[in-house]
Amino acid sequence: MVRYLPVLPAAVLLLVFLAGPVLWAFHASMTNVGLTGRHARNPEWVGLENYQRLVQDPVFPLSLGLTVLFVAGSAVLGQNVLGLALAVLMRRARPAVSATVGTAVVAAWVLPEIVAAFAAYAFFSRDGTLNQLLGRLGQPETDWLYTVPMAAVVLANVWRGTAFSMLVYRAALNGVPAELTEAAQMDGAGAWQRLAYITLPVIRGSIATNLMLVTLQTLAVFTLIWVMTAGGPANGSTTLPVLAYQEAFKFGDIGYGTAVATVLIVIGGVFGAAYLRLLREQRP
Amino acid sequence: MLRRASRTLSLLAAATLVLAACTPADPAGGNKTIKVAYQKTDSFTALDSMLQDAKKEFEAANKGVTVELQPIQANDDDYGTKLALALRSPSTAPDVFYEDTFKVRSDVDAGYLLNLDSRLAGWGDWGKFDAGAKEAGKADDGGTYAVPLGTDTRAIWYNKKVLAAAGISLPWRPASWQDILDTARKVKAAEPDVIPFNMYAGKGTGEGTVMQGFYELLYGTGAALYDQDSKKWVVGSTGFKDSLTFLDTLYKEHLAVAPADALDPNIWKKVFGEWFPKAKLGATVEGSYAPSFWQAGGSYAWPGYPQDMGVAPFPTESGGAPGAVSMSGGWTLAVGADTKQPDLAFNFLTTALNARNSLKFTVASSQIAVRSDVAADAGYQSANPFVKDVSGLVSVTRFRPATSDYPRISAAVQEATEAVITGKRTPEQAAADYDAAVAGIVGADKTIRK
Repeated sequence: MVRYLPVLPAAVLLLVFLAGPVLWAFHASMTNVGLTGRHARNPEWVGLENYQRLVQDPVFPLSLGLTVLFVAGSAVLGQNVLGLALAVLMRRARPAVSATVGTAVVAAWVLPEIVAAFAAYAFFSRDGTLNQLLGRLGQPETDWLYTVPMAAVVLANVWRGTAFSMLVYRAALNGVPAELTEAAQMDGAGAWQRLAYITLPVIRGSIATNLMLVTLQTLAVFTLIWVMTAGGPANGSTTLPVLAYQEAFKFGDIGYGTAVATVLIVIGGVFGAAYLRLLREQRP
Repeated sequence: MLRRASRTLSLLAAATLVLAACTPADPAGGNKTIKVAYQKTDSFTALDSMLQDAKKEFEAANKGVTVELQPIQANDDDYGTKLALALRSPSTAPDVFYEDTFKVRSDVDAGYLLNLDSRLAGWGDWGKFDAGAKEAGKADDGGTYAVPLGTDTRAIWYNKKVLAAAGISLPWRPASWQDILDTARKVKAAEPDVIPFNMYAGKGTGEGTVMQGFYELLYGTGAALYDQDSKKWVVGSTGFKDSLTFLDTLYKEHLAVAPADALDPNIWKKVFGEWFPKAKLGATVEGSYAPSFWQAGGSYAWPGYPQDMGVAPFPTESGGAPGAVSMSGGWTLAVGADTKQPDLAFNFLTTALNARNSLKFTVASSQIAVRSDVAADAGYQSANPFVKDVSGLVSVTRFRPATSDYPRISAAVQEATEAVITGKRTPEQAAADYDAAVAGIVGADKTIRK
């Protein structure tokens, strides 16, 4: 028993600050607690009513689809693949190029989320940088945030988050034994073959870890979307976190908003479990 | 072992002392604090300066009392959310706060507001408040829970230069929706770069969409949002479809702004700060508080506004009685239900709303006076050239059905307008979507076909 004493404070902290809110969310999602009105301070237990409403809500499937699109597009494909590509290319680039690119990529990551969101808004908005650049090339103005809101937020999130994947992969690539790559090269393997058969299998663990982290981070992205499009137009970029916020705070229906958030917790949990499994399998 | 235990104990003791020092002083100890929560933005500072004055006045009159002003920097929606979050817990609830009239009922339901009936009875000034405005502070039980700061009306604001250039005779006073469309088309033909007649629509402008836009249309058709007699929400009305059709026409013929601009939550800043002063906009529906932005010291000071701008009532659909439509809102001051010093808090409220402070606030924020002595004051009547016009609309004005379902219904209306102006749905489809949404929000048994 005494052996576990040192981890006790950490365990208590985790229970209070992590498990506590999660359990509270499960509980609140089964009540009709509101921001105002008669159920604000005296909520009633409504069982699964909020979830039944959620299933029938036409915005929910849309929102779920947009969340999947956002995570797949900006995290799994965008940040992950681009981060890996940058890390691989930077090893072969000249130090000056590598340092410049690295600084530029990391700069977006260093910005606080709200600042990055405003920067992205300023870039894509009607009078923004993108339209000014295109205008100089003689292209007509386009309302990017209005016509292609999802593409805009996906690109913004790729811009903001790629640095993380890049740093993870740079560290991982340093761990690939040089003898292995050299031996493959001696055997006549080309650059693509070395990447596919040597590098990627060796850093599989890092890939799984990175995928898990960026997926969970991206699932929770709220500020970026809220500042850029506020979920609009016509719910065209309402991912689950935005939907949860709207329901809980704009309409004051905390119970229902929490039900949306709970679905998000479950999705995150499923992804987390899947990646953890992936990680465990490759360790002999 | 013993030594370590004693050290732990002393650490604990020290921590307790520090924690104790952090807790607020005992209210009975002489130093009393009144916390006041209110909204302050870069374009809305009138309330802040009024409360600063009231704080000085109140602290001078009540020795040992500190008024702690807690301005919340947020737009109307976010202010409402932040205030509601603070009110949820007695430990964060302010003693006195700035409260939107349309939230009074649901916040009383939630038990956030203190009943002021007995205290108001002892306040001599209460008799000077306008009876209509007093209604806004009442809850379903008939008790009064909030004291109005001022009210407002909505009207058409138009730029005389733009209309004159299109050959419209001034003063302009449209008699029907058709008049508005005819005028807008003339402006479009004469001045292609100008936005002829804008009306807010979509979810971006939030309550602005419905208060300065859709409701002026809807209530001018003879239809209503809510049936007071049966206490049910109206669905399937022709008026609702007509109103959406009008918006559809405005946006489809490019008489209003581009849909992408309409969905920008900051469009009203362009209306006040850019388009009207630069003669880029013919007319729009806006609140009686419009001059507060343009007058000296306002966020978009524009010395030429008294000459260049005109105001006209919004007409009914085809000119039927009463000939004009307006919507009113307004804000109040309320006392928190959990306040430890209800008497002090109420006294602060009466100081903040005394004749002098009320007058200053009413003029600075271009409100419509709710106190008879303020309304009679020469300074108020000459505050801007439009006071008489917009005050006159009080006779036709309406209030929102402020039940706790209202925010969702309002969002459904905003969604209907957004679907129409973006061309995603026809007015008929959007109206049908709205009917379905209302039934989903309040239940089919709480709707009525009219």
